[in-house]
Amino acid sequence: MASWIDRQKNVLDFTLSSLLRRKGKNLALLAVYTLLVFLMASVMLATSAIRKEASTVLREAPEMVVQRTVAGRQDPIPLAYLEKIRDIAGVVSSDGRLWGYYYDPVVGANYTLLVPREDGPDPGTVTIGPGVARARMASTGDTLEFKGASGALIELVVGDILSTDSELVASDLVLLSAADYGAIFGPADGLATDLVVRVANPRELQTIALKIAERFPDTRIILRDEMLRTYDAVFSWRGGILAILLFGVVLAFVIVSWDKASGLSQEERREIGILKAVGWETSDVILMKFWEGAVVSLSAYFIGVLLAYIHVFFFSARLFAPVLKGWAVLYPQFRLIPFIDASQLTALFFLTVVPYAVATIIPSWRASVTDPDAVMKGIR
Amino acid sequence: MITLDKARKVFSQGKPNEFVALHETSLVIEADRLTVIRGPSGSGKTTLLSLIGCMARPTSGRIHVLGREITSLPERFLTEIRRKTFGFIFQQFNLIPGLTALENVILPAYPTGERRSSLERRAAGLFELFNLASKARSRVEWLSGGEAQRVTIARALINDPAVVIADEPTAHLDSKLSREFMDTMGRLRNEGRTVLIASHDPLVYEHPAVERVFHIRDGRIDGDGR
Repeated sequence: MASWIDRQKNVLDFTLSSLLRRKGKNLALLAVYTLLVFLMASVMLATSAIRKEASTVLREAPEMVVQRTVAGRQDPIPLAYLEKIRDIAGVVSSDGRLWGYYYDPVVGANYTLLVPREDGPDPGTVTIGPGVARARMASTGDTLEFKGASGALIELVVGDILSTDSELVASDLVLLSAADYGAIFGPADGLATDLVVRVANPRELQTIALKIAERFPDTRIILRDEMLRTYDAVFSWRGGILAILLFGVVLAFVIVSWDKASGLSQEERREIGILKAVGWETSDVILMKFWEGAVVSLSAYFIGVLLAYIHVFFFSARLFAPVLKGWAVLYPQFRLIPFIDASQLTALFFLTVVPYAVATIIPSWRASVTDPDAVMKGIR
Repeated sequence: MITLDKARKVFSQGKPNEFVALHETSLVIEADRLTVIRGPSGSGKTTLLSLIGCMARPTSGRIHVLGREITSLPERFLTEIRRKTFGFIFQQFNLIPGLTALENVILPAYPTGERRSSLERRAAGLFELFNLASKARSRVEWLSGGEAQRVTIARALINDPAVVIADEPTAHLDSKLSREFMDTMGRLRNEGRTVLIASHDPLVYEHPAVERVFHIRDGRIDGDGR
């Protein structure tokens, strides 16, 4: 066993000195390889972290939302529905929500205006999300102007700015009082934008949803799980689009590495001839070339993944943020919570390290099975 | 003892460019002797050394090395015999540039699984023997011709082989270095090693340490001097 380990150490030692002898070429290869792994790993880490983040935030969302639709479009829902919903067995609570979208022509962005059920701002004041604060360069005490339903300008003072911890969903949020909401969007007496329903047993969600749909045929029910699936699909789709774009880079790298690996230089062939002539077996040469491929590809893999980790979790995936986050104007700025999907990193390993190691070994095997007497005949 | 029994080597057999490098040859290289194979360029000297040194297989015939028939051995065993039994000194030196003299010398012993520190100790002894101690850490491309030649001899001896094979070893050396080389070969023979040299250099085959000379021409042994 000790002899086996020493043999590996000796061959690895020779491999490292071989790599250092062709420093320029190998460093260039390592740089390209690392860049490729970095790009792929960044997309993977960012996508899975955003999905994770979204699911964490949505865990706090209501289990069920009831909306009214008229001619296929959402319409304010009468608060009178609440009583009948509360009568359904299994429903713990049911409340109306007031919210809407407001287009701000000053910055060309859409805000989500929401009246909180409790602890909302006082009339005349708003609490804004970090994205709105950045877009309007507003801080606490500043005044924001909104165009009301009557055409009059409504001035609201910024009372507070939401924490950046929840920026993924709160970036474009403006919290305001019901009175101010009515002034901006028009009176909503006896109406709500939608209703949120909480149930005692999550297993009964589907049953209760069916009952609500039966009692109120003009409503549509949105379950939290459906929202989670939608988020999941959206971010997976965005990640997929990026992966497809990067596929071209992968293909280019495969061609370059295959070309490099399949065409051993005259110097490398001569070296293999010398090694064979002085007593190295074919398996020793292949072992050496395996280590060579492994050192380059593993280094590229680990450096690339490490850089991607730093890029995604310390610099918020700046390279891909516009594509992955998807907001048009108010891009949420947030630091993703480190989350690594081991299966994705394993897939990346098999897509990058393994093909390169194989591509390196095959031509070396072909060169090393030739008779070593070629070196006696003066290969240079 | 090494014996060739009707050994024959044909390159590109069955192709238009078929070439018989060595006709049926029977030969006995006695152990613990310094033997020279003498002949002009292209006479088949290198092919004969390749066959004896397990670097190539004969097209037909048999070869015995130290009592073992090697012709039909699998490549793995052939390599093992080559590594343990033979030390090679090549005409072109065949040192690997970019490596130090020390690294080149211990190269044949890497796959044996011996500890690097032990290999370096053994190499240090050889460097002392060949007055190369100060050059051990020098890259081989910085060495003079004579120094490079001595490094190749040290490399040939690192696995303590019973047989040393040298192919045109003085082709790139001046007369003084050629004589020094032959003196070294004589010392190796006195240590109890079998030395086999292929050369057409009179400084080699006329050296007093040489005990037997075979003449080869057009792939045939046509004479046996001394």
